[in-house]
Amino acid sequence: MKKVKADPKGVLTGAHYLDGDYAIAEGGLAAGCRFFGGYPITPSTETAEHFAGRIPKVGGIFIQMEDELASMASLIGAVWGGQKAMTVTSGPGFSLMMENIGLACMMEIPLVIANVQRGGPSTGLPTLTGQQDMMQAKWGSHGDYEIIALCPDSPQECFDLTIDAFNLSETYRVPVFVMTDECVGHMHEKVIIPPAEEIDVVERKWYTGPVGEYLPYKNDKDGIPFLARVGEGHRFHTTGLTHDERGYPVINAECQKVNVTHIIEKIRGNADKIIRIEENDTEGAEIVVISYGITSRVAVRAVQQAKKAGIKIGTLRLITAWPFPEKRIKQLAKKVKAFVFPEINYGQMVREVERASGNSCKVVSVPHCGGWVHDPQDILDAIKEAVK
Amino acid sequence: MKKTEIRFTGFGGQGIIRCALITGKALALFDNKHATMNQAIGPEARGSACASQLIVSDERVLYPYITSPDILVSMSQEAYDKYEPELGNKGILIIDTDLVKPKSVRGKVNMYSIPSTRFAEELGNRVFANLVMLGFFTAVTNTVSTEAMKKALPGLVPDRFLDRNIEAFDKGYKHGQKALLKTKKAAAKKPAAPKAKQKLKK
Amino acid sequence: MKKVEKREPKNPMENILRMDRIPHIWCAGCGIGTVVTSFAEAIKKNKEDLDKLAVVSGIGCTGRVAGYVKLDSFHTTHGRAIPFATGLKLAKPDTKVVVFSGDGDLSGIGGNHLIHAARRNMDLLVICVNNFNYAMTGGQVASTTPLTANASTAPYGNYEYAFSLPYLAEAAGATYVARWTALHLRRVTKSIQEALNRKGFSFIEVITPCVTLYARRNRLGDGLNLLKYYYEQAEIIHGADTRTVDIDYQGKLIVGKFVEKDKPDYLTAMNNHFTNVLGDDYQLYGRINHEKD
Repeated sequence: MKKVKADPKGVLTGAHYLDGDYAIAEGGLAAGCRFFGGYPITPSTETAEHFAGRIPKVGGIFIQMEDELASMASLIGAVWGGQKAMTVTSGPGFSLMMENIGLACMMEIPLVIANVQRGGPSTGLPTLTGQQDMMQAKWGSHGDYEIIALCPDSPQECFDLTIDAFNLSETYRVPVFVMTDECVGHMHEKVIIPPAEEIDVVERKWYTGPVGEYLPYKNDKDGIPFLARVGEGHRFHTTGLTHDERGYPVINAECQKVNVTHIIEKIRGNADKIIRIEENDTEGAEIVVISYGITSRVAVRAVQQAKKAGIKIGTLRLITAWPFPEKRIKQLAKKVKAFVFPEINYGQMVREVERASGNSCKVVSVPHCGGWVHDPQDILDAIKEAVK
Repeated sequence: MKKTEIRFTGFGGQGIIRCALITGKALALFDNKHATMNQAIGPEARGSACASQLIVSDERVLYPYITSPDILVSMSQEAYDKYEPELGNKGILIIDTDLVKPKSVRGKVNMYSIPSTRFAEELGNRVFANLVMLGFFTAVTNTVSTEAMKKALPGLVPDRFLDRNIEAFDKGYKHGQKALLKTKKAAAKKPAAPKAKQKLKK
Repeated sequence: MKKVEKREPKNPMENILRMDRIPHIWCAGCGIGTVVTSFAEAIKKNKEDLDKLAVVSGIGCTGRVAGYVKLDSFHTTHGRAIPFATGLKLAKPDTKVVVFSGDGDLSGIGGNHLIHAARRNMDLLVICVNNFNYAMTGGQVASTTPLTANASTAPYGNYEYAFSLPYLAEAAGATYVARWTALHLRRVTKSIQEALNRKGFSFIEVITPCVTLYARRNRLGDGLNLLKYYYEQAEIIHGADTRTVDIDYQGKLIVGKFVEKDKPDYLTAMNNHFTNVLGDDYQLYGRINHEKD
């Protein structure tokens, strides 16, 4: 993994008052993204609009494709063309992208997809918030694969985590999701964009070997294959079919085993390096409230009130939802009385907590349908119930 | 921790969202506050009642929406009728004199009014009404500094109209200072009068 | 330096084909291979830089072309070859990008992408091998199946109207449109050569025999019988009005170069527009010419 400093052309250094959608676009530009293929969908459109406004002056491509199927396909093409690429979408568009997200996983393509979640299913609540696509992010395309998903809780994190998303995608040659939501996407707050020389950008792991001998899926020492781009004389082949290290299709169980194990293990095997969580007061806590994204801010309000009521309580915020921090949850499960997990869905990520904690402690889901964030009182009630 | 919830309301096209953006930017970037701004978007943001909300705090804003606004700015009757009931009992209500006919003021609500649209027309164009209102708001609420507001304008109003917007802001601000003075005098004259409409909050 | 391949086989196309993947999967009598031969021939005649030429395919029998050409080659998802190629082309404008796929892939599941790439005049060459049915999956009815023809999902004959692909491509904005059959190999080669020498969206339809499925189901005989049909029924009308080139079941086949016109391609239009509107603020994108380093 080679780190370089960000290209100053894409970095809008300074203090800004931005919403999460804009901050995602700025994060992408700062990370060196120079290709955006998108399709407008509420509440994510502002990211595309902002990118479209900025890119002609930075140098790159914004193209509004005919639909989200095309957006995702264009991104994969653009990465083989040598660019860093991203798109942004919301529920219905996310569904349409799924097939080609699978292709990106199979071809091991670094790219970033931001999902500004809204209430679903179907057209659902276009203008109102939700966190209902968390499982779809992990399992939405067919077959076995692993991805990385990050959950910003503020416009500042939309900027920071979009850069991290690009860096992770380049490090592991994998699609990375920025799973934000309408509330954060449309929320304006102060966003500090540092000078370019303070932003670390992971450079693509370019193939530098002899021309014509490039093998797109031959693992390097770190288990991650090199990337080349079109038009440089390698005349390589790649496919969505199960393939060998040359990228040639091999239609049998043996090859599938090598192929699929690799795309899964490169993430699971590096989970400790990828996972980021933020813990507060979990040592000695009876109750730990787990949350992510906007809900983690709302939950803190309930936690403050619980503390006043004398409850020993801590918080754990998932910055990476996928891979899920199951080791840490397992450890905590042995110490706490209960986990309380509010999320703006009918209980999705909480299943991971249940799975990781076994029967070691109580796991209390605080579900909430889309449209609005939790009333902190509901979380407080769940905490009080859990501590009994 | 001091926290203030502000709601700007009116109808589409008045620059209601812009009001919250300018104020939020001023507070967050130049007054060293935490300022979280949210807007209603989608079909409900176009035409008819339009609202934007801003939460100002010394600490990080956790809950991102307004629960009970401390300050309500109303630039249309419809918006006033819709949002007035949720204003806190000790809140500040700011209206456009010509566009809103208020009900009798309840509790300890302080009401200030300014003909912001008329003033803007006097300045040449009613599009500046929101800036007149913001100047007035800055003077009477003491939530944000004048300097910060003026610094926040570039980028949020067209460059070529920056001076005109500042002019509009100043006009509203001066009117606000006068309104404050009047309120102070009134308060001094009859301090116990329950009907004293206009009283400084702090 | 090119890697030296095994030298014994003297296949004239070995520089262009992945000999390590031959034999291919296509049936005896299938027309796809002949179109690939024409393509290889055109590349040779044009002296194309093989390092700067990419092939993108979707899914289906023709979708396998990407796997056999020894170029940068991409076997993508069903219907999405064109948007994939769009991203590839825009990210690396000095590479010529050819989409090689079938009628079902390009005009059925991928029809929306076809018309939009044509509308944008994206600098792509699309070679559409039309065998009137979904062959890889067993001969199902397609958006190109002529009326009354039999298909496995139209067991009593097809009653849906078919796309006339040249008409569709032209109406959507393609700036080069030609149609040939597998019989017109030299003409196909020439069209591919012409298309590779121009910028903008080029669409070449090649009607080919699907012996195993379409011909068998419709009792049309073997490959030779179909070539005989092409021979008897094909009429070359260059510049024919594309509204008049529909194909009836075993009916007349109007072929030729129908459309060739100049119009700035997507990137040229983008660069011109931003230069006009933004002046010096615009960061000119991509190398405009196909020059070598």
